[in-house]
Amino acid sequence: MSIYDKIFPPKKMVLSNGKTVLKPASRLPLIALILVLFTALSVKITGFDLGVLRERGSQFFVILGMMAPPEWGYSTQVWKPLFDTLKMSLLGTVIGAVTVIPFAMAASTNIVKNNAAVGIMRLFLSIVRTLPTLVTALIATYVFGLGTLAGTTAIAVFTFAYMGKILYEEIETADMGAFEAMEAIGATKVRAFVRAIIPQVLPSYISNGLFCFEGNVRYAAILGYVGAGGLGLILNEKLGWREYPSVGMILIMLFVTVFFIETVSRYCRRKLV
Amino acid sequence: MNKQIEKAYEERPRNTVYQVTVSAIVLALLIWSGSAVDVSKTGLSGVQIAGNIISGIFHPDRKLLFNLTLQGVPYLLLETVCIAFLGTIVGAFLAIPLSFLSASNLMPAPIAYVTRLVIMAVRTIPAFVYGLMFIRVSGPGAFTGLLTMSVCSIGMVSKMYIEAIEDLDTRILESLDACGCNTFQKIRYGILPQLIPNFASTVIYRFDINLRDATVLGLVGAGGIGAPLIFAMNAYRWNEAGAILVGLILLVLIVEYISTRIRVKLARG
Repeated sequence: MSIYDKIFPPKKMVLSNGKTVLKPASRLPLIALILVLFTALSVKITGFDLGVLRERGSQFFVILGMMAPPEWGYSTQVWKPLFDTLKMSLLGTVIGAVTVIPFAMAASTNIVKNNAAVGIMRLFLSIVRTLPTLVTALIATYVFGLGTLAGTTAIAVFTFAYMGKILYEEIETADMGAFEAMEAIGATKVRAFVRAIIPQVLPSYISNGLFCFEGNVRYAAILGYVGAGGLGLILNEKLGWREYPSVGMILIMLFVTVFFIETVSRYCRRKLV
Repeated sequence: MNKQIEKAYEERPRNTVYQVTVSAIVLALLIWSGSAVDVSKTGLSGVQIAGNIISGIFHPDRKLLFNLTLQGVPYLLLETVCIAFLGTIVGAFLAIPLSFLSASNLMPAPIAYVTRLVIMAVRTIPAFVYGLMFIRVSGPGAFTGLLTMSVCSIGMVSKMYIEAIEDLDTRILESLDACGCNTFQKIRYGILPQLIPNFASTVIYRFDINLRDATVLGLVGAGGIGAPLIFAMNAYRWNEAGAILVGLILLVLIVEYISTRIRVKLARG
């Protein structure tokens, strides 16, 4: 019985067959109270004001309106950065997703029996996951210079962090029967892993990798803002010059690309599962 | 026994043509994407800078880290949490009508498809473009950050909502019908109990992501911890950047721990 139940005792009910059952008091008031208090605090700190939104909300569409007839002629200059973005995200996703495999293996309790080692590995993966991608990209531009290599690195680090967690959870829920059977007939641990665990994990691993790639293409478009190459670079430039029709063109091409990639990847993922 | 094993092994299902084709495509794509990488700009200075960054992060500026004024890390973190919290809530509300409109089991196919395209378009526009648009509305500051974050959350949140709505178990509704419940009771006891745990879990997960992505807002001056962090990094003040990063990492780790526990509880009931 938790503290909450002691303060608000559960309701007793007698059923028609003489049995008594306890109906615990609803947690809703407590949760609602916390949410309302936090919302009030947030409203105060962020200066949330519906009045401003009502009064000046139409200003939001001004820039959108200026993009409206997109500058079609600009499209010829968009292809290269667009392909750079794609290349960055593809290479980054593959590098990240492949390098994380041994780390994910070491972070699964059913492969490594040492709890301390697993804990340290998981903490490491968590910390990498908390690093904002933008910060990774900025650091990468300092280390590798401005350009696509920095973007690729940032995306690889992000994919590493994202896939790591999913992969070790996946490995842990795999059926260990086949693994043990292979060990019993004399296979080494690595061989048993390759033949027994990988076939179970692979479909969802590839599916998650594809999903991550979809998101990375979008994210790669932001990375250019800090100089990490790709679409963000020209997007930032055109926004700076206030050439909104060109911005509209860039966004339309990005949208079409993302749509295409999502369609292909959804088809692949459906085939995998 | 051994013969049997060997025979079974020989007869294992093989799909060579398919595998070779897929591998060839993937390899070709990888080589193609490798052409974008330009290593010429890396040099010794890069390694040196990396060293500086790491030493800065391990020697955070303690004065900044424990400074309780409006410029200190604790207040900035609080502001970031508030932006992420309210932004997530606003985004979660905005996503509800969109996701009901694009659930294929409730709406006719054309409407669902068009709404999906709209959601995808909303998702495609990068965060800093939204930031610039909202600055016209509410000026630089935390409010702009909140609005930006809420619009950026719509895409993912509505995607997860749609999945929850499409997984609705309609047999429960039928049995409630058979018991003679009216529409309101059907929504209250048939639909809400199925949706709320899923929705809440999604929103908490998105809150996690928003907290992590809050640095993006700093690019356009939309409040939170992003701007000081990026300024510190651009000015090579690694100790300050280290202090902010340490604060951010600790905060995200704590929030993630709590939110994972809540989500596990929601999933198991």
